[in-house]
Amino acid sequence: MLRLTDLELRYGPIRALKGVTLDVAAGEIVTLIGANGAGKSSTLKAISGIHGTSGGSIVFAGRRIDNLPPHEIVALGISHCPEGRRIFGDLSVRENLLMGGYLLAKHEMAGRLDEVLGLFPRLGERIHQAGGTLSGGEQQMLAIARALMCKPGLLMLDEPSLGLAPIMVEKIFETIVALKQTGLTVLLVEQNAGAALEISDRGYVLEIGQVTLSGTSAALRDDQRVAQAYLGG
Amino acid sequence: MNARNLRHDLFFYLGILLICVPFLKIHTLYVLPVFLGAWGLRRFADFAGENRLMVTLRERTVNSVLAHRRVTVGLILAVALLIPLGASDYLIEVFTSVILYAILATALNITVGLTGVLVLGFIGFYAVGAYTTGILTAKFALCGFWIALPLSGLAAMLCGILLGIPALRLRGDYLAVVTLGFGEIIRIFLTNLNGLTGGPNGILGIKRPSFGLFTLDHPRDFYWFALAVLSLVILIVARLVDSRYGRAWIAIRENEMAAGALGINVFRKHLLSFSLSAFFGGIAGSLFAVKQGFISPDSFTFYESVLILCMVVLGGIGNVAGSVTGALLLIAAPEFLREFSLYRMLVFGAVMIAFMVFRPSGLLGSRVIAQEIKDRADDGP
Ligand SMILES: Nc1ncnc2c1ncn2[C@@H]1O[C@H](COP(=O)(O)OP(=O)(O)O)[C@@H](O)[C@H]1O
Ligand SMILES: [Mg+2]
Repeated sequence: MLRLTDLELRYGPIRALKGVTLDVAAGEIVTLIGANGAGKSSTLKAISGIHGTSGGSIVFAGRRIDNLPPHEIVALGISHCPEGRRIFGDLSVRENLLMGGYLLAKHEMAGRLDEVLGLFPRLGERIHQAGGTLSGGEQQMLAIARALMCKPGLLMLDEPSLGLAPIMVEKIFETIVALKQTGLTVLLVEQNAGAALEISDRGYVLEIGQVTLSGTSAALRDDQRVAQAYLGG
Repeated sequence: MNARNLRHDLFFYLGILLICVPFLKIHTLYVLPVFLGAWGLRRFADFAGENRLMVTLRERTVNSVLAHRRVTVGLILAVALLIPLGASDYLIEVFTSVILYAILATALNITVGLTGVLVLGFIGFYAVGAYTTGILTAKFALCGFWIALPLSGLAAMLCGILLGIPALRLRGDYLAVVTLGFGEIIRIFLTNLNGLTGGPNGILGIKRPSFGLFTLDHPRDFYWFALAVLSLVILIVARLVDSRYGRAWIAIRENEMAAGALGINVFRKHLLSFSLSAFFGGIAGSLFAVKQGFISPDSFTFYESVLILCMVVLGGIGNVAGSVTGALLLIAAPEFLREFSLYRMLVFGAVMIAFMVFRPSGLLGSRVIAQEIKDRADDGP
């Protein structure tokens, strides 16, 4: 479904990605783990077109998408739920979701809103509340719900569990599994490597802009290097 | 830039700027205590920011106004329509000024309030509109007012697009400074392009428009005409705020990166808001030219840009009704306090700082709070 080949990305003189190759098949949850600054967020930014790439290629559903503008990439069915939630604090929950469905046709909007709220009943209860007044967990729910509004085929989540209480983290991971069951493909970036590898099918380990390990999640969990560096053991 | 931070910064710098204006002429050293005082107030603001009583009181008011929205708007419009019947010509002129500034503030609110872009040289668009009308109808007498009016808007819009395409790639302070430069460049052009603009002497003898047999010569008639234009502008902007575009603008203000990730073409939306803002600015300028009958570069100084920004901020960033209120306060109030004109800037500055402390979202608050309550009302209990 998605294939990155030798992808390179720079921030001025800084080379954040130095040839990343990975692929995601339809219906999978794929986890990207790595230390802070490894280039996980940069990989997602390159895919969603928020940041341009300087080499390599990104192919989605048989089509080159590297360096397309973000709105065209969203239209192709890739949705990016960025790091740090970034919900619109001054817009209500409903308006946040409507923004998520920005590219939907008018007649699809109401139906999609109901579908998404069906997945997140708690947001339905707070539908007219300003986004900024939600709790951290609710804001993360809203960010995911917003990213789902555009009916993506591939959902990219950047550290959805960051800074949340353990109960909320569990909820978020349950939600991701539930989303997979609806046929959605998920590319998940997580610091919380243990939990992420538990729910995902395959994983990649990123170090300083390069993939150093990859395999099924079960294999990665058993790998000594992964255990030492990312699973705290 | 987050709306709350934006508001905070705007209040702070505008307040200081205004307080300093009268002092700058006397002695620069006086600026120091003013800055210190402002800093102290800012500290106090952090402390007093969550006054429960004020918050409830305001929510109550907004609630009841919104519940009778049509009635409120109708009443205000009726009062506005009736003003010239009882007022002296002088007073009517003052209120016509209020209307022109209200158009400007509403226009500027599109960029500052909705997209969260700080524009410091907005008066440049007003000037372009005014001079387009002056040049077309008086200097070269190429066409009448009714053709010059839309052309003035379009000329300002063109400037907006030409400025916006390079400048809107910048953000925050950088963009603010570039737009400030634009306002100054326009004024310098107007002063020096003698053949076209009449240089420092400006353009004389701009005639008031006429409607077939009717002329809008009488201040009262012109007032009504300006009021009609203002109503139209407000209607358009209010519709936009509640539309998909308005939400996209606010989303960009709240978080540009997230807005981009959702498929909003951020640059295009910025350019749209910027050029629309410029268009209405140009329309206001055209009205200004025919109202005065005479224009010169002196009417388009940086001070005017700051004044309009103050109206937006005072009334409430992103709130259309707020911009009009801001214009009313800042134009009409000083007219009635003429004796104190020397201290006008000082009072403005103090008021801005006071607002920062007690009402950081402006007099009428930002759009959201109102929208939230309205959503609830629409859904029923
Ligand atoms: N906007 C930016 N400007 C400059 N350097 C950046 C920027 N964003 C990220 N980087 C650098 O790129 C590298 C990868 O960052 P990132 O992709 O955010 O890592 P991760 O998400 O894995 O923590 C880091 O060295 C980081 O400092
Ligand atoms: Mg990251």
